[in-house]
Amino acid sequence: MRVALMVTCVNDAMFPGTGQAVVTLLRRLGVDVEFPLAQTCCAQPMVNTGYLDEAVPVVRNFVSAFEGYDAIVTPSGSCAGCARHQHGMVARRSGDASLVSAVAAAPATYELSEFLVDVLGVEDVGAYFPHRVTYHPTCHSLRMLRVGDRPLRLLRAVRGLSLTELPAAEECCGFGGTFAVKNAATSVAMGADKARHVRDTGAEVLVAGDNSCLMHIGGVLSRQQAGVRVMHLAEVLAATETLS
Amino acid sequence: MTATFVGMPAFPAAARAALADTQLRTNLAHATSTIRAKRAAVVDEVADWEELRVAGAAIKDNTLHHLDTHLVTLEAALEARGATVHWARDAEEACAVVASIARSHGVDEVVKVKSMATQEIGLNEALAEQGIAAWETDLAELIVQLGDDLPSHILVPAIHRNRAEIREIFRSSMAGAGRPAPDDLTDDPAALAGAARLHLREKFLRAKMAVSGANFAVADSGTLVVVESEGNGRMCLTLPEVLVSVVGIEKVVPTFRDLDVFLQLLPRSSTGERMNPYTSTWSGITPGDGPQEMHVVLLDNGRTRALADEVGRQALRCIRCSACLNVCPVYERTGGHAYGSVYPGPIGAILNPLLKGVGVDEQTDSLPYASSLCGACFDACPVRIDIPTVLVELRAQVVDARRGSVSHAGEAAAMKSAAWTFGTSRRLELVERGSGVLGHVADRLVRRTLPGGRRALSRLPWPGSAWSDARDLPAPPRESFRAWWKRTSGGRS
Repeated sequence: MRVALMVTCVNDAMFPGTGQAVVTLLRRLGVDVEFPLAQTCCAQPMVNTGYLDEAVPVVRNFVSAFEGYDAIVTPSGSCAGCARHQHGMVARRSGDASLVSAVAAAPATYELSEFLVDVLGVEDVGAYFPHRVTYHPTCHSLRMLRVGDRPLRLLRAVRGLSLTELPAAEECCGFGGTFAVKNAATSVAMGADKARHVRDTGAEVLVAGDNSCLMHIGGVLSRQQAGVRVMHLAEVLAATETLS
Repeated sequence: MTATFVGMPAFPAAARAALADTQLRTNLAHATSTIRAKRAAVVDEVADWEELRVAGAAIKDNTLHHLDTHLVTLEAALEARGATVHWARDAEEACAVVASIARSHGVDEVVKVKSMATQEIGLNEALAEQGIAAWETDLAELIVQLGDDLPSHILVPAIHRNRAEIREIFRSSMAGAGRPAPDDLTDDPAALAGAARLHLREKFLRAKMAVSGANFAVADSGTLVVVESEGNGRMCLTLPEVLVSVVGIEKVVPTFRDLDVFLQLLPRSSTGERMNPYTSTWSGITPGDGPQEMHVVLLDNGRTRALADEVGRQALRCIRCSACLNVCPVYERTGGHAYGSVYPGPIGAILNPLLKGVGVDEQTDSLPYASSLCGACFDACPVRIDIPTVLVELRAQVVDARRGSVSHAGEAAAMKSAAWTFGTSRRLELVERGSGVLGHVADRLVRRTLPGGRRALSRLPWPGSAWSDARDLPAPPRESFRAWWKRTSGGRS
């Protein structure tokens, strides 16, 4: 099986450690993941701001970059959701029949926890992370992809990790892509409540499957000097006794 | 009444003001979390809830697909049972019909059943201009009306008020509208309801004409249905001589049997009750019993425009339950007034642009962006309106309507340059090299660190300040993932 890593533009430019963690983790599990260098972005920033014409060349680049692979794995519920649920709409709206069929023929895109649990069939990935952790289920992984408790099953199998339940976990953190700046005041009000719930758990690390949401919640927590670190699920799952 | 949504600022500005209102935030957080929990409990006990949702959506979709024939069937059935049917293209026509009926009976007041359609068309204000007082008889609508206020929720329009505020409104304003509040009125809910009951009773007994909406209009039997909790609706629908019902054309369902699905979906989704206390149904005139003159105003007011929108037409399935408002994290913090319409929250964010059209005013165009696209509304909707997808579609329509406009050139340029950058990996790589340089600089110059050790950017120039005013941002790394992969052959060297 040829598996391609879609690292996402946010991780590529801002959180390379998350991409490296996915590579480490998948190799440990016997998957020789490849990184198609032609990839850029899933086009979600344009799509969700309403710039659908602008999204067309980005979607076109996406399908050509990942052509020929058996599966795409990505450390982002939101970007997986865009590839699975929005590329078709962008293609149809463009009126380009070849793009419509190319999108339909594109390899299946899996969010990391889906790939681990459903495709590889593992829950214990051999990780060791001796910290007190709470988990925020990001909206698109929860309600677009329906990953359910897969990330929690993975976290519960991590040795040394103590998992504390996050109050009001399923409520949006307020990031919302360009919503975070177009409606900054509302976004921050939502983020402040999420940060309060995180602090209430007493966790030292907040884990989620989307770095964009973590960048927002982490940005609020940092401004509050809350002393809580945010980490992507991939980085927790990649950690082992020898490394940490 | 002087309060009006006309001239409201766009959502971001209105939301900023609302977010600073501590009383509003407290009232909303308490009310929405209470009703969310009630809804969740009664929905969980229905084993076939998902099948009910699918059935509700299918009935509405099929009906909307043949709306023309169902409406004509409804008109014929209503007229056969003695009602007069009026067709109104817009708010002005609908208000004119109601006013002319009132004038023909020489009345200077009407009692009202809570109705979104009459709020939407501004009926009370239109009647007031003709010297006709329209008395709201739903408790929350009464609070809004006496407070010279605006509704902030579809189901509980005074959700932004707590009982202490309500007591003050009753004490200061009831006397001007009829029977005054008792001198010893407390903020005990039962005492407040008692004062409202006494105040309203004399209006019920005196009024010669009532105005209602309808939750459903059954085409084959010519039956109108009003679902309510307080019994004020039952009073208005049975006591006055003349009854006028303003009904949106999307309220039609083909047969009485279809009510089976909706009367299960609606109360559990809206008030979190298994069954609502009062369901009134009436099919034309019954001699000697109830109103002896009945009018039905079938209202378009943008509904055919919404119906023509292939993605957006699903919004016409809406049964005005408010479940989407109660689960919306944006609504919970801003309240309803920020949406500048009688339809606030997620459904308002799509319904207003669909009814009014985009590219006309900034306020309406701001509504599709008043969402983080978290999807909680779609999950809660009893008729499966995919609100996030409609929001994205409407955003695209707003962007297309604005193409070439100077006022939004900045955002358009940013999106175009992002699209250009993401068009090929070579361009992205170039941009990432630039941000890598920034990362080097930040590592040397920035002292502030995030938990975990990365440098934190805390003060960005505009437009980045929209982020950094309240949130730190990690400084960019020195090396992108792509550069790392190339340099190390994917970590192998």
